[in-house]
Amino acid sequence: MTPLASVPAPPATPAPSLGSGIRVRVARVHRTFPGGVEALDGVELDITPGSFVALVGPSGCGKSTLLRIIAGLDEATSGGVELVPAVGQAEAWRAPIAYVFQDAHLLPWRSVLDNAALPLELSGVSRSEREAAARQVLAQVGLGDFTARYPAELSGGMRMRVSLARALVTRPRLLLMDEPFAAVDELTRGRLDDQLRALWHELGMTVLFVTHSLSEAAWLAERVVVFSRRPARVVRDRALELPRERTAALRLEPAFAREVQVLSEVLERGGG
Amino acid sequence: MVRGLLLRSFPPLVALCALLALWEVLVRAFGVRAFLLPPPSAVFATGVRDAGQLASSAWVTAEAALIGFGLSAVAGVLGAVVLASSRLLERALYPYTIFLQTVPIVAVAPLLVLWFGPGQRAVAASAFIVSVFPVIANTLSGLRSVEPALRDLFRLYGARRLATLLKLELPGALPHIFTGLRIASGLAVIGAIVGEFVAGFSEGTAGLGILVLAAYRQLRTDLMFAAVLCASGLGIVLFGVVSLAGARLLRRWHPSAS
Repeated sequence: MTPLASVPAPPATPAPSLGSGIRVRVARVHRTFPGGVEALDGVELDITPGSFVALVGPSGCGKSTLLRIIAGLDEATSGGVELVPAVGQAEAWRAPIAYVFQDAHLLPWRSVLDNAALPLELSGVSRSEREAAARQVLAQVGLGDFTARYPAELSGGMRMRVSLARALVTRPRLLLMDEPFAAVDELTRGRLDDQLRALWHELGMTVLFVTHSLSEAAWLAERVVVFSRRPARVVRDRALELPRERTAALRLEPAFAREVQVLSEVLERGGG
Repeated sequence: MVRGLLLRSFPPLVALCALLALWEVLVRAFGVRAFLLPPPSAVFATGVRDAGQLASSAWVTAEAALIGFGLSAVAGVLGAVVLASSRLLERALYPYTIFLQTVPIVAVAPLLVLWFGPGQRAVAASAFIVSVFPVIANTLSGLRSVEPALRDLFRLYGARRLATLLKLELPGALPHIFTGLRIASGLAVIGAIVGEFVAGFSEGTAGLGILVLAAYRQLRTDLMFAAVLCASGLGIVLFGVVSLAGARLLRRWHPSAS
């Protein structure tokens, strides 16, 4: 009989999109390649679970190396990377990381469906289960009607979306993207950025996005980390003062232009 | 498509007819003796008259060539997989596979007779030795040319060694493997004929290599020509079948197939 009874009860379990990313702690990571080339010089980062962070810096500065170290594909010479799962996530720990490369890197002998299902196939998920998951994620990236096609029959932007679907099929808690849309045209890149933001909203994973386009970084991310020239150090770690909803119109607003301007100055000073 | 095929095969067919006509006319005009150079009409007549013998000889040769080629395909791909499994192994063994390519098969053939006895096994072994190297070399370069990013992807998802081989390396190497197999198909027929020259004497039907030798001893140059044509026809057919199989398999994904 209390007035509170009319208020809808809070959901029993939190929406899956909230806080299901993992925290990434990068502690004083150095990386020197055999032969003496120094790529990373004491990089220090703490990435909040479920955040979208862009990493920018001069090309060849070592951003990709950092991403590879976080993914476990390369090892730090000193320092370390710690991936901290959110509370109660230990069970979903399998394949928590996905990596999207500069090019789509699909297997040309496999259909779109089989490409998207590959990560699940490699971890031994049954055919019916992995195909259902792949269909779902392909629909999410807008390729629901192209599952039977082969990569050679798709445009560059579509191939990139298959690559994104392949990354998302394991429901990763951390998505690492290494200049993923650099090879597609401007218009397609804008669409892919849109789609990525929407997927991030929906799925709530942590995203680390390497790019050298400052406007792409500002439009996509909540936080931008600027690196110096090689060997890379963090020269600026900036939370953007932009609304959470990003629309195409945002690109024309003064607040957006200001953010890009600030980043550009930092990059010029730090990288120069 | 059929129209395209006709249009494309028209020029070489015209060239062939012109060449044969010229040959026929010159042989007749200068009265060249048939044991030196028989006119095409005589070769054709022999081909028709001895069609049965040519066909059964061609089959004997084809069988040995196919066995040799099949062994090359299997051993070549497996050998390359083993070599590709470690840099050390490749460095240690690959130089010796080149021996297979440079070995003068005519000189080794008598050895094959000693080991296998005259007959099909020695002939097939000769076809194998001549044709295995291109399969090894091409498969190896295919296995090595897998994109590093794809290797990373497989590593990231914890793919086992066998899964990486079966789902990434071998399918990725398929275009290279077929290049090797196409080269090997023609070489296997050559290897079989050479093998027959030395090791083809046995009971039963003689292969094309033996037929060529026999015709030579009897100065039946027309039969020699017919047998040689059969042998090259055999090589072309095998090459065509392998190319077709490759094109079908790679149709949807590799630019070399379209």
